[in-house]
Amino acid sequence: MKTTVNHRSLGGIMRPYRVANVLRENETTHTLLLNDRLPEAQPGQFVMAWLPEIGEKPFSIHANIPLALTICDVGPVSHAMVNLQARDRVWLRGPLGNGFDLRGSKYLLVGGGYGAAPLSFLAQEALQQGGEVMACLGAKTKADLILVDRLTSLGCYLRVATEDGSEGSQGLVTEVVEETIDAFQPDCLYACGPTGMLLALADLCQRRGLPAQLSFEALMRCGVGLCGSCELPEELCQRLGLPGGWLVCHDGPVAMIG
Amino acid sequence: MEASLAVDLLGIQMKNPLVVASGILGTSASVMQRCAREGAGAVTSKSAGPEPRTGHANPVTLAWNGGVINAIGLTNPGCREEVPLLRETRGRLRALGVPLFASLFAPSVEAFGEVARVIAEAEPDLIEVNISCPNVGSEFGTPFSATAKSAAEVTAAVRKAVKLPISIKLAPNVPEIGRIAQAVVSEGADAITAINTVPAMLIDAYAGKPVLKNATGGLSGAAIKPVALKAVWEIAQMVSVPIIGTGGISCGLDAAEMIMAGATLVGVGSAVALEGPAVFSRIKSELEAFMTQESYPDLASMRGKALPPK
Repeated sequence: MKTTVNHRSLGGIMRPYRVANVLRENETTHTLLLNDRLPEAQPGQFVMAWLPEIGEKPFSIHANIPLALTICDVGPVSHAMVNLQARDRVWLRGPLGNGFDLRGSKYLLVGGGYGAAPLSFLAQEALQQGGEVMACLGAKTKADLILVDRLTSLGCYLRVATEDGSEGSQGLVTEVVEETIDAFQPDCLYACGPTGMLLALADLCQRRGLPAQLSFEALMRCGVGLCGSCELPEELCQRLGLPGGWLVCHDGPVAMIG
Repeated sequence: MEASLAVDLLGIQMKNPLVVASGILGTSASVMQRCAREGAGAVTSKSAGPEPRTGHANPVTLAWNGGVINAIGLTNPGCREEVPLLRETRGRLRALGVPLFASLFAPSVEAFGEVARVIAEAEPDLIEVNISCPNVGSEFGTPFSATAKSAAEVTAAVRKAVKLPISIKLAPNVPEIGRIAQAVVSEGADAITAINTVPAMLIDAYAGKPVLKNATGGLSGAAIKPVALKAVWEIAQMVSVPIIGTGGISCGLDAAEMIMAGATLVGVGSAVALEGPAVFSRIKSELEAFMTQESYPDLASMRGKALPPK
């Protein structure tokens, strides 16, 4: 009898990496460059990073050659992570989850605050494939922005919005996105950031008939679709047209909309 | 002729023998409904206890090809909060013709009875009594599944508290699981669930530390299928109540083997990590294909086939 199993990455047991270098993105956010790469990582996938006796949390992948993780200091594990120095060890399992899928040739990337972390990996892949990339980055203030220089130097067009107007347009990034859709005429929108921003973008894209790929953040425990901790609330699933019981770690973190 | 997967467990009608094992995605009505839609024959909720528990901190689970180790630590909202969740779930599952099994645990014999009484208000089709979680030893002491005496005491307390069918979930790491099964059946267990995860741990050589935050946990997945088969095979020779055979089932042949060891239903848990809830429809169609090919018209004709002649 033939058994066909569509095996996905289980992440395996964590293995140790060493920090090669630390880049400061802003006051609270650092990018760790590591000494090795993950096997077959796609933009939008994530890893579970472990520091013994401190804990384990999910992080999106900033780049894979070499592997880089962008960490915002928001809790005990991320605090310890941003304070790592060159030669320190960090343990990872992954890549996990389903990443972004590049469709068409004109890509609109939208990042909110530190949620922009996975977009540089995506931009790199999109540009390598000969695509055109427009990025819209939003944050509360100039100090909360990340990736501005990185995305520009990769060759992306860039627009910035801050809520206090300290950089770029004043207001929400979604307003900038609306104008950009008209001017840039993208084939697909890719976004990562706070849930409120993602929902606003989903509504906008539905109105405009633009396909969207939205990367959600969630409390993650097992990371492999067993424990149920990261289930997207049912009302969000309904609003986004996703099936009920949608698991951020297993079905996502990227949700395909439209 | 196509083989039939329909099965009757203690009067509960099921379309197929595959059960979502407790601890796997049994946390919300929507996610349990998804498992039912994807082909599970029954769904077991995650164990509820007397009080809310957040469970252990990460790392709680690691999965690789061949096994899963976990120490989630019985995360649950507490049995009172669980009742409306179970009611909602039961309604949604009934619409799909899928029964709901409600799992519960407690820290003492008396508390088992009380939690069972609360959970029974939700009227699940069956109550599964988890006396064998290996991940909370430091809080709860030796699991009640460790001896025939303590297992029987818990069974008696739950039996006294509820009229619903009860299944007692046993641990594999005992010298004679058949005797423990006998003891719980003599106190009124309607069914046996076997097995829970196998106590285990991982150590990272570079860290020089245990990997799980709880240090130790429970091993499941393909690695424990032979352990589960032996347990079910032994229990089936000692008692005549139905057995929910659980441990390392990930394909149709695994399910057939578990039924041949004497199981009436087959629990599926860790295999969900590889494929998500879609695993149920695959195992179901593989089991059906095997039975058709090997001329087993129904599950009863295959059940206990690997047991020694009486």
